[in-house]
Amino acid sequence: MFVQHFFNALTLGSLYGLIAIGYTMVYGILRLINFAHGDMFMLGAYFVFFATTLWALPWSLAVVVAIIGTALCGVLVDRMAYRPLRDAPRISALISAIGVSFFIQNLSLVLFTGLPRAVMRPDWLVNVIKFGDIRILPLAIIVPIVTAALVASLLWVIYRTKPGLAMRAISKDIETTRLMGVPVDKVIAMTFAIGSALAAASGIMWALRYPQINPFMGLVPGNKAFIAAVFGGIGSIQGAVVGGMILGFIEIMVVAFFPGLSGYRDAFAFILLIVILLMKPTGLMGEKLEDKI
Amino acid sequence: MNRKTRNLALTGIAIALLAFFIWWAQGNLDGYKIQVTNLVAVNAILALSLNLIYGFTGMFSLGHAGFMALGAYVNALLTLTQDQKTTMWILDPIAWPFSVMHAPFFLSVVCAGLVAAFVALLIAIPVLRLGGDYLGIATLGFAEIIRVVLTNLSSITNGALGIKGIPGHANLWWNYGWFLITLFFMIRLINSNFGSVLKAIRDDEIAAKNMGINTFFYKVVSFTVGAFFAGVGGALMGSLTTTIDPKMFSFALTFNVLMFTVAGGLGSITGSVIGSIVITVLLEWLRIVENPVTIGSFEIPGIPGMRMVLFSLALILIILFRREGIMGMKEITWDGIFDRSKRGGKSE
Amino acid sequence: MKLSKVFLAVLLVFVLVGTACAEDTIKIGVYNSLTGRTAFGGQLELEGIQMAHQEVPELLGKKVELIVVDNKTDKVEAANAVKRLTERDKVVAVIGTYGSSLAMAGGEVAEAAKIPMMGTSCTNPLVTQGKMYVFRACFIDPYQGAGAATYAMKTLNMKKAALLIDVANDYSVGLATFFKQSFKKLGGEIVSELKYNSGDQDFTAQLTEIISKKPELLFIPADFAEGAIIMKQARELGAEFQIMGGDAMDNPELVKIGGDAVNGFIHTTFPYDATMKDMSPLAATFTENWKKIHPDKAPNVNAALGYDSYMLVANAIKTAGSAEPDAIRAALAQTKDFPGVTGNKTINATHDAESPVGIIQIKDGQRVYVGEVSPEM
Repeated sequence: MFVQHFFNALTLGSLYGLIAIGYTMVYGILRLINFAHGDMFMLGAYFVFFATTLWALPWSLAVVVAIIGTALCGVLVDRMAYRPLRDAPRISALISAIGVSFFIQNLSLVLFTGLPRAVMRPDWLVNVIKFGDIRILPLAIIVPIVTAALVASLLWVIYRTKPGLAMRAISKDIETTRLMGVPVDKVIAMTFAIGSALAAASGIMWALRYPQINPFMGLVPGNKAFIAAVFGGIGSIQGAVVGGMILGFIEIMVVAFFPGLSGYRDAFAFILLIVILLMKPTGLMGEKLEDKI
Repeated sequence: MNRKTRNLALTGIAIALLAFFIWWAQGNLDGYKIQVTNLVAVNAILALSLNLIYGFTGMFSLGHAGFMALGAYVNALLTLTQDQKTTMWILDPIAWPFSVMHAPFFLSVVCAGLVAAFVALLIAIPVLRLGGDYLGIATLGFAEIIRVVLTNLSSITNGALGIKGIPGHANLWWNYGWFLITLFFMIRLINSNFGSVLKAIRDDEIAAKNMGINTFFYKVVSFTVGAFFAGVGGALMGSLTTTIDPKMFSFALTFNVLMFTVAGGLGSITGSVIGSIVITVLLEWLRIVENPVTIGSFEIPGIPGMRMVLFSLALILIILFRREGIMGMKEITWDGIFDRSKRGGKSE
Repeated sequence: MKLSKVFLAVLLVFVLVGTACAEDTIKIGVYNSLTGRTAFGGQLELEGIQMAHQEVPELLGKKVELIVVDNKTDKVEAANAVKRLTERDKVVAVIGTYGSSLAMAGGEVAEAAKIPMMGTSCTNPLVTQGKMYVFRACFIDPYQGAGAATYAMKTLNMKKAALLIDVANDYSVGLATFFKQSFKKLGGEIVSELKYNSGDQDFTAQLTEIISKKPELLFIPADFAEGAIIMKQARELGAEFQIMGGDAMDNPELVKIGGDAVNGFIHTTFPYDATMKDMSPLAATFTENWKKIHPDKAPNVNAALGYDSYMLVANAIKTAGSAEPDAIRAALAQTKDFPGVTGNKTINATHDAESPVGIIQIKDGQRVYVGEVSPEM
């Protein structure tokens, strides 16, 4: 039984981690909590749904379409709602982000209707593997592998490539970076493209694991992943994954060991968040940031 | 006649006009318009309370819905009759002190505010050490925890079923009475020494600290007072709609209040009032876009959900193009009006 | 400026149209969720009401006029809708709505305006509680919960049940409580009771815990969308127990979303389904007539309840011999054994219509009406 809980937690935790990377990346570079991240996640899932049902694309192609489509949406949001506020107080950008999140949710509700949709899953992903009493979906193994691969390639981009260098420079000092001749806006647009692509990837994984999508599906996972990102130390990519894992394990284990408290499951995530903020505001693996306010 | 007596007289006239308007409205407006007029007053109270915390003291709090929820539940428990309570709690019977407690409406609203303020005090002491975004996140977390607890504690709150049939004491007189109390309290507070300290903390906390000000104390008081009025606003809102449930007090509600404040102008009392009027009326007016429109024999069906799409779009546009809100940090005062008219009605 | 002129013009049109047909008609208001989250149910109910209206277009020698308002699946809009119907349109009775919380918001307004309201499929006991003017054409959740418990104990012969409840959903917590009470009373045992919050999508922890307690039955009072993914996850985790739900599962989409995982699933509902075998003559006529009007759409229980609601109000106006709200109210309260599509209706002391509880099972992707059960309360 415990082993079963362990695998449940592993899947959930790595999904949280995957979503959290997108939050942490944008925050690390722009100091902006991108509230619309959860909605990008939702858009990614809907892109796959429409690509597989309406246009009848094969799965692999649908995933590519979804990731590119969501990345473009991310760039668009940055261009319209965040870039004009680059020099404004950070709170303005935050409010704008909340507004964008509400906008995307409600527009999706109008366009896609509130009817939940079933996502078709390739059979090899859902054929349950049995070890005695333990049942594991192939997804439970694939999700952590995908997460690890994405983290590795992301770290490679940030620490080994020129755009990555520019991103790191922007996160330290945006003005100086601009003066050094770095096309700051382009680099930031790229950050959003990568962040949204990650959101789409996690949205697709999520839709495979929980195959029913609706316009508000990004809300709860988005909040949880955000907590995971803060917990792990917002701005740190490894921290986001660790934070996601810990959150996933705590949520599952609370139900496993204290079934009577299952109604309070969501509160535990927030209690955890507040405790970590009070003890170590920079999170588990976050660097000390100079306070910009 | 010196300025002081003139201003006092003008204030008196303004209040008399408001009272006349309420008296007229009760007899002449239909139920729906009265409801909107009531909402304006309640929203203004909420906007003022958030403005104290965020606009005047610079603490980014996203926990308003939590304090409102506390206020609304306390008021509901204090104004429902014992009979109503025993029949309505169908999941778990209502727990003892809550089943019998009762208070007249004014006292019950005060209690609602006090409970919200007390919880705010408990939260403030650890959390206000955080700054900026982190404070926002932590307060948001607390509001969510309050909501989860309200959902689960069904022997006190009736859980997800919520509370219905709350006596609708909150008529125009009560709501505008409380609005005036809040307004005068805020004006006195902001124009006092205390208010100056709060603004100093907002503009540069480190400098204020270096001047020897115990900034933490001032922040805690500001946060607690703000929460008191959020509780009052929540109580009035519950009494106005006569039904509450935990789902009402989600983050979207905090966001609405934030919008009243930001649209009016952070750090402006008049701004909060104007922002509440504009956004409340806008929100109601936007219901039209969801209604089917008939032109001749041709009917354009309404688009459900369009209202919130346009509303969020309007907010993004406000932030993009008029970040400082309608009033900025300016105020409309009697002095301001007279000085301006002397200069020949020039604007600004 | 211009907008306000447009608005005025629209208002004027309303007023003119309103006064033109004010004379010599009986106005009945309908409010339902025609758009929004529960549009599916509300739309069908409206179609049922309209069909009944076509069959009985005149009462007491006067034309009956239906005034339909959408409540957009929103509590505030529901209250506004009833306010509009009672204040502006001056209807003599109101019919609606799908969704108990919407019906409660509307019911408060109807009660204050002293206009009788006939609820369609709102099953929460609080809808009519303490209300003089609010009635409904359906049974209530305590009755339905008892029906589910009786069926599980007596017909399925299952004694160990587990519950998985959406603690943030009023329907879910209500029905779960009533099921639990009846199930225990009948001698059953609740081996596990776990909770989740609306919007959660991961139920693996709760389900793993439930599986370890080895119940024979899992009762999930969720709506169809959530219910489908709960069942999917349960089957993936190797659950073999029977799963049961309530009337919110009565939706053709359930099979679409749930696929193979919902096979064998049983849920309670109102005693009408287009697939039922021994249909009463009235239900058979209803089904036939429906198929003539909507050839591409199967009638479901919501359509039938909408139909019955209108007929109950019409019957009350006939027996009262008057279209005065208070006379209608009095006649409604005395309704006895009125034949409806969803069984014979008797309005009881708490203003609910008593009728047996229907049972539907999913077999090979098809919804099958397997029978009825009389709850042992």
